[in-house]
Order: sequence, then C-alpha cells, then structure tokens
Amino acid sequence: MDAFLTALPALGDAFGLILQPVVLGYLLLGVVMGLCIGVFPGLGGIAGLSLLLPFMFGMEPILGLALMIGMVAVVPTSDTFASVLMGIPGSSASQATVLDGFPMAKKGEAARAMSAAFAASLFGGLMGAAFLTVFILVARPIVLSFGLPEMLMMTILGLSMVAILAGRVAIKGVAAAGLGLVVVTVGAADAGGSLRMATYDIPYIVDGFQLVIVGLGIFAIPEIVSLLRQDRAIAENAKLGAGWFDGVRDWWLNKWLSLRCAIIGVIVGVIPGLGGSVVDWIAYGHTVQTTKDKSNFGKGEVRGVIGPESSNNAKEGGGLVPTLLFGIPGSGSMAIFIGAVALLGSGSIEVGPGMLKNNLDMTYAIVWLLALANVLGTLICIAASGGIARLTTIRFTLIAPFLFMLIAFAAFQSGQNFGDLVALFGFGLIGILLRRFDWSRPAFLIGFVLSNPVEKFTNQAFQIASFRFRESTEAGLDYIFSPIVIVLLVITVVSVVLGVRQASNIMAEGDVKTGSKRAPLIFLFAIMAYLIASYWNASLINDRLIGDKIIPMVIAGISIAGCLVLLVQMMMKPETDMIFADREAYGEDATAPHGLWGTLAWFAGLLALSGLLGFIIALAIFLVTFLRVRARLSFTRSVLYSAIGIAFICFVASLLNRDFPPGILQDLVTLPWPLG
Amino acid sequence: MTLKNNLKIALASGVALVAAATATHAMDMSGKTVEWTIPFSETGGSAKWANFFAPLLSEALPGEPTVVAKFMPGAGSTKGANWFQNQKDGGGEVLFGTSGSTQFPYLLGDPRVRYEYKDWIPVMASGTGGVAYLNKEHGAKFDGSANGLKGVKFIYGAQGATSLDLVALLAWKMLGMDVEPVFGIKGRGDGRLMFERGEANIDYQTSSGYLGGSAPLVEAGDAVPMMSWGALDENGVIVRDPTFPDMPTFKEVCEATDGCETSGPAWDAWKAFFTAGFPSQKIAFLPNGVSQDVIDTFVAGFEAVRSRPDFKDIAAKQVGKYPMFVGEGAVQAAKDATTISPEAKEYVVNWLSEAYGVTLQ
Repeated sequence: MDAFLTALPALGDAFGLILQPVVLGYLLLGVVMGLCIGVFPGLGGIAGLSLLLPFMFGMEPILGLALMIGMVAVVPTSDTFASVLMGIPGSSASQATVLDGFPMAKKGEAARAMSAAFAASLFGGLMGAAFLTVFILVARPIVLSFGLPEMLMMTILGLSMVAILAGRVAIKGVAAAGLGLVVVTVGAADAGGSLRMATYDIPYIVDGFQLVIVGLGIFAIPEIVSLLRQDRAIAENAKLGAGWFDGVRDWWLNKWLSLRCAIIGVIVGVIPGLGGSVVDWIAYGHTVQTTKDKSNFGKGEVRGVIGPESSNNAKEGGGLVPTLLFGIPGSGSMAIFIGAVALLGSGSIEVGPGMLKNNLDMTYAIVWLLALANVLGTLICIAASGGIARLTTIRFTLIAPFLFMLIAFAAFQSGQNFGDLVALFGFGLIGILLRRFDWSRPAFLIGFVLSNPVEKFTNQAFQIASFRFRESTEAGLDYIFSPIVIVLLVITVVSVVLGVRQASNIMAEGDVKTGSKRAPLIFLFAIMAYLIASYWNASLINDRLIGDKIIPMVIAGISIAGCLVLLVQMMMKPETDMIFADREAYGEDATAPHGLWGTLAWFAGLLALSGLLGFIIALAIFLVTFLRVRARLSFTRSVLYSAIGIAFICFVASLLNRDFPPGILQDLVTLPWPLG
Repeated sequence: MTLKNNLKIALASGVALVAAATATHAMDMSGKTVEWTIPFSETGGSAKWANFFAPLLSEALPGEPTVVAKFMPGAGSTKGANWFQNQKDGGGEVLFGTSGSTQFPYLLGDPRVRYEYKDWIPVMASGTGGVAYLNKEHGAKFDGSANGLKGVKFIYGAQGATSLDLVALLAWKMLGMDVEPVFGIKGRGDGRLMFERGEANIDYQTSSGYLGGSAPLVEAGDAVPMMSWGALDENGVIVRDPTFPDMPTFKEVCEATDGCETSGPAWDAWKAFFTAGFPSQKIAFLPNGVSQDVIDTFVAGFEAVRSRPDFKDIAAKQVGKYPMFVGEGAVQAAKDATTISPEAKEYVVNWLSEAYGVTLQ
C-alpha cells in the first residue's frame, strides 16, 4: 500500500508535466510522423526512432519523450492501413489483421474494418496504460517469475494456435508450420554457430531469413499477384459498403472480446524475450475460439480484426515494463528508445532498476504520454479512414506496380543486400504455391515467427534444467513444473483440443476447390525433399553441438512424418477430396484474364533489372512499361505516374537516410544518389 | 626551459595552427553528409556509441556537415566490415565503427573475415571495462581468491564462445572455476535478467551495464562483485579500473588463487583478448586511400569533441570514465586491439574447440 501512496503525488507531477501546450505539440508531431512511417509496410518504430535520434541529444527530457512516445505508440495503429487495404502485413504485429481485414476490404467494407481496428487499437492502448499505472509498482517480481520454462511454455501456447488455423486438412497445417519452423533454422545457429543449410560462400544465407521479408513474401505477393490477374478494383464492383461508423459500433458490440485481447497483449508485452510477433496470433486464436459462429473467419469477420488490433497496441504498453524496470528492451524499437533516453537533457534519466526510485514522475509521464498518443493517433486515423478506403475502388492494375515498388524497397531495408530481393521473390513463390494448394499460410508464418524462441528457450531451459537435476531431482522438477508452467500447459492442451475439433469449420483463407492429383502431389514431394535435406544436413553437425542440431532434426522429422501421412491419404483418396485443393483448377484464379506466371514475371523483371541497373533506373523502366503495356495508359500518363512514384520513394528514402539496391551497373560506374 | 626552447615550441605550435587552419580551409564540409556505418543493429552498444558521438562530431567538423549513424548488421558484424574493406576514399563521407565483436573474428581467423584492419585508418578509439559478480550464496565464499569457489557448479548466460564473453569464460577457467555457459542469449542484458531470475548464478557486465543494472543488485545485497578486468596503464600493465578503484582486478584475484598464474600461455592469451576487447573496444575508421587532409580534419574534429569542457560529464554515462584516444593514440589503440601472438591465438582456438566443440573453419 505504501508504494501506492508514494505513487499518487508522482502521478500528479506526471500530469503536470504532460499537460503543457508545448509538450502536447511535440506529442502531436511525433504522432503524425509515426502515422506516416507506420503506413509503410516493413518500416516501423525502429526506422522512425532512428530518424529522431540525432535530435535527442541534450533535448529537454519531457519534450524528447513526447516526440518519441508519440512516434512509437501509433505505429501499430497506422500499420492497419496496409493490412486491411492491400493485404500486406504492415508490421509483424498486424499479420493476423490481414486474415479478415483484407477480405472485408474486398467486400467493400474497408472503412468499416479500419475504424473497427482503430477503435480496438485505441481501447487496447488505453487499457495498456491504465493497467501499467497500477501494475508497474508491483511488476518486478512478476516479471522475474517468468523464467525460461515459462517462456518456452508461452511460445508453445503460441504454436498451439496452429491447431485453429491449420485449415480443413489438419495435417497439412502441421506440415506447413513445421516447414516454417525449419526454414528459420537456415543460417548460423545462435547457440553454437553451426551452419545449417547454408555456406559461408553465400554470406547472405548465413544470417538466416528476416521476418519482414517472409511476411511480405508469404502474404503480400500472392495477394497482389492474384488481384492483378483479375484486372479490377480491390473492392468487388468498386463500391464502398459499410462506413466508418459501423466499424466503431462493431467494436462496441465486441468490447469484452477487445478487453480480453488487450489483457493478452499486456501480458505478452510484459514478458521480455517473447517479442511482439506472437501476440496478434494468440489474440486471433482466442477470438476464433470464443466466437460461436465460426463460419465467417477468413471471409471478413469483423471480430477477427478487433481481436488482434486490441492486443497489439496494448502490447506496446506492456513492453514498457521490461524496458523501464530492467533496462531490457522488449522489442527493437524499445532498444533504441533506451539509448535515446540516455541522450536526453543532462542524461539524468537512466532506464533500468533505478527508474522507479529516481524518476517515478517520468515513468508515469511516459505511461500517460503513451495513452494520449493512442487517442490522438486513433482520432486522426478514423478521420482519414473514410477517404483512404476509396483506394480500394481504384482499378488495381494502377496500384500494383507501386506496391511492388514499396515492398521491394521495404524488403531491401532489412539487410541492404540484393539477396533481400531474391529472398522476397523466393518466399513470394512459396506463398503463391501454399495459397494455391491450400496449405495454411498463417500456420507457416506462426511456425516461422516462433521458431527462434522455441529453439532458444528449449536449449537454454534444457541446459539449466539438467543442471538443477544434477543438484536433486526435486530441484529439477520444481524448476520445470512451476505453477505458471502448469497453468499455461492446461491452457495449451484445452486450446489444442478445442482447436482440432473446430478447425475443419474454419477456412481462414476461404473455400478452395479441387483439381487433378498431379500438381498437389508434386508440391508435396518438393516440400518433403526440402525437409529431408534439412534433416540430413542437421544430422551432419558435430554431436558436441547438440543444441544446434536437435531442433531442426526433431521438427523436420515430425514434418516428414506428416507429409508421409498426407502422401498415403493422397494415394487412397479420389481426386475430388479436399486434400487435393488447387486454386488454379476452379474459381477466380482459374478464370482470371491474366496468367499466374506472366503476372509474376513482371515482378521478377523489376528485381532482375534492379540487379543489373540498380533500383531506381530499373523502377523507371518497370513502371513506365507496366503502366503502358499492362495498364494500357497513354505514354504521357505512364511517364507522369512513374515520375510521381519515383519522386515519392526518393523523398522517403532521403528523409529516412536509406539506400536503394545497387546493381552491376553501379559496380562499374559511380552514379550520384539516388541512381548510384 | 631556455628561450630557444620556448621559441621552438611557439614556432611549432604556430606551424601546427596554420596547418590546422589550412586543413580546415581545404576541407569545408558544409552541406555534406558523413555516413558513419555501424556493422551492428540499431539496438546495440555500438549504436549507442555512434549516436552519442555523431552530433558532437558534426558540430566539431568544419562546415558542420550532417553526421548520421547507418546500420549494416549481419554475420556478427563481419558483413559490414567486409563492405567497408571495399570502400575507397569517400572524401570524408565514409566513416566506420568497429567493436570487440569485429576484432575477435579477425583475431581468431573466422572464415567470414575478408577484411584487413591494417588497411584502415583509425581516427578515434574508446574503451570500456568489465565486472564479474556472483550471487549472494556463492559470493559469501569469495575472499579475494577463488579458492573457496572450486567445486561449485556455476551457470552463466553467454552470447557465444567467440564473442566478448570469451574473456570472462577464460578468466573463470584459469581460476579453476566450473562455469557452464548457456549459449545463445542476445545481449548482456539478457544475461543479467537470467541472473536476477536465479537461473544463472554468475554474470559479467561491461562497465556501463554494471553501473546501470547490476550495481543496484549489489546494493540490495542480491549480488556480490568479484573482480573487474582492470585497465591498461601507459606501459601496458594491468592496473585497477578507474571506474571501480575499490574492486580487485582479475590479475589480483588470479595471483591470490592457487593454480592460477599471471604468466605463461594462458595468461598471455587472456591478456591479448582482454586488450582487443576492452581498453580499445570501439574504434572509428576512415577507409583505405583517404587523403591526409581528410584524416587531419577528422582527427581535429574528434580532438575538439574530446576537449569540450562538458565532455567528461556527458561522456561518463555514455562511454564511461575511460580515455578516448584520438589520432596517434587511436592508431596505437587499433594496433593493440588487432595484434596477438600466434601462440595466444592457438591457445584460444584449441581451448574453444576442446571446451565447447567450436571450430572456426
């Protein structure tokens, strides 16, 4: 109780600090910048904060905090635009929003989906702040009670969401998740540094694949290519249906769901080491489980938008706990935040264990700036959503080339290597095939997101547990089966049992008809070949470095077994069975005016040209040709639109101090920026 | 001091001033952008270091060019270093920053290393120290020697065998302690959290990490400091760390501990890697082939940063109370950080492969 009595005056001081016009002005500035950056897929809080860093040195602390918090807080709000409008995950925290948000946009309900998402984001952000106000005083022991076994269990709970999102053929979902898990192990292992499915001759692969690229490849490219083949607007009939007011009402009708998901967000955020990429999947899984009529998920169920969006803003609040109390960043943007805080003023604020003792008023100022930034950001976004939703009524062929431009640019930012573009294309291809044959893409992505934590926590928890067991069996069991682990275990088992029972009703990616046996079989064999190669490759690693080989071998082994079961089923069942789902056989894709490979070739052309001439020159050629040939615009218009697009991307890049992918040409001659 | 000598000095400083002035004239950098590439992510200690110096350097360079930190993480910083190896000249617009994690793979002959420190021109270097500490239970058995700690099973959250952590692991091994590293954590902060949760019972932090996160644990009685790595004096002898004058150095603890020797191949290897990893941990380089004008301009710029009246205060938090080397000092620091004897290298490579199965091929 004492703690709360000391907190009250600090809370008052904090409000005094915040409620000055100049502070609010800086906050608004930060919010606007955050919204602009968050709209870009692949750019998030890290890019934004890096932009602000040079100005932080010696700045008045409360002003600097207002600017930075304003920026960080609204990124998970504005990334909704890309997720809903284009089907591109705006950031790793809004991947699950795509599943139902984008189908809503296709139905012409983009404004409704977005305002529901924004209302949920606002509520989540406020809940996060309110929760923190009380919780931050007592959080330390709770955070410390989450050791490695507890974190491993949380990760497994996240993985159990695969059961719900696996699709109609559960074993396919399991294999897809397994594939995702195995793909991450490519590169140098974290623990012992062994190379897995990689060689030092191709340095790019040694680092493994980045989530940004996989997210864009698996979700964005298949959707863009598929829409582009139709040559129409995103919203069918190019008409807008329900407006922004309906979205807010949808949120209100589901406020309890929103509350539960916000709490999930805070809890996941509070635990350092889990990262934000899991939270939207857990929230989505929870939403599906608690919805009576599950038939609409994947086809534009508004609850599927409200759940993840409530959780991802709440997560930002939760993520402040480890950041402020332990000086341990919960995410990449928080890590920069810590560094930036030390630059403020005279450097008297130091994030870490002393924060509550020495700077309680600043701590509360940060928490409530966060809440206020959420309110500002949401109001701006809701106001804008009606207008921006009109984008979905424009002929998609005019938007697509600029989307290719954006995602190629975003992907390149992750490693600043041409390999990023190759990887983006490769994952795009995998995404297209997974979609075509109805292998669950969400399951693949969940596997990908959780692979590193699974491997890390398993190895580390195993090492420490065996250490405890050497002490005594009792100490070992106490360590592994703590009360938190047991509770999480029960939740996981219940969620898997429920999930498996319900999964066949949930088509997260819509209904798919079947075709002949040949194509799905070939795809299955290709996946099996990769899994077997991974298994064999991992088995070659020295046994001393068991930590580097055990996870790839076990996961690949399970996935291979899953594929074998599938193979047997495929041999037994007739080709009308849903196991042979093939989008090219029947439906929208089969009747599309443009072919799959021809459409994809446009994108491949852009990337290949970039490799030769550098990004900007390639972009100029690509945009003009595409608009002229594919979109059949007049030559003048093609050039004009292309010039606007290129000017825009150059402006963004120069603002954020980013480079463009260079090509062979740039190796030979030195060209001025942005060409060189 | 004679009049002649005084005159000499006056003349010399006059020449230096003129030289500096001409250099400044020759190198007006207004409107230019200095890109300071850091081969790590935005979130690490090197990013903090560059972000701290960047605005100060910008003010100090003639024409106040924009100085921005750029990040090129990958392959344990070898990717960025390999990139920098191919940079030519740059006219002062290319600056690079390395850390211990760039030095160690170079020293150990990591196959990913395609860079050569000797080609680069160091202009500034700064160092840090490190502190090892124990949990309450085992700290009680520590009496200035590690004799009481033999037979205790220690567990330690480590980033990797070839990272800076090898300095700590080798020190504990030399003291005859049984420390089992749990590899794969992402930064020393995660190691401290593991220690706080009681999963690890020994830890080490760099100076700033210790002051920010671990010193409060010591105050609360949950941790007991064991030793600092020490600092190097002008003669290259290990002395007490100026930031922790009351704490014994590893050298002192080693001398007090049975079976630990401060001479011989093990000690030489430890000292070599300590020298490469701590006293000149972070170094700013200009690329191969840059003109003398550019070098002079940057040396003068960093010199101006160092001689700011408020530098000591603002630097204490960011880079610690450690000397910052500029110009000749930085050249020497870079040399110290990137030279080890073949014996020391062989010792560490053998130890890594025997103790942890890590091979560097």
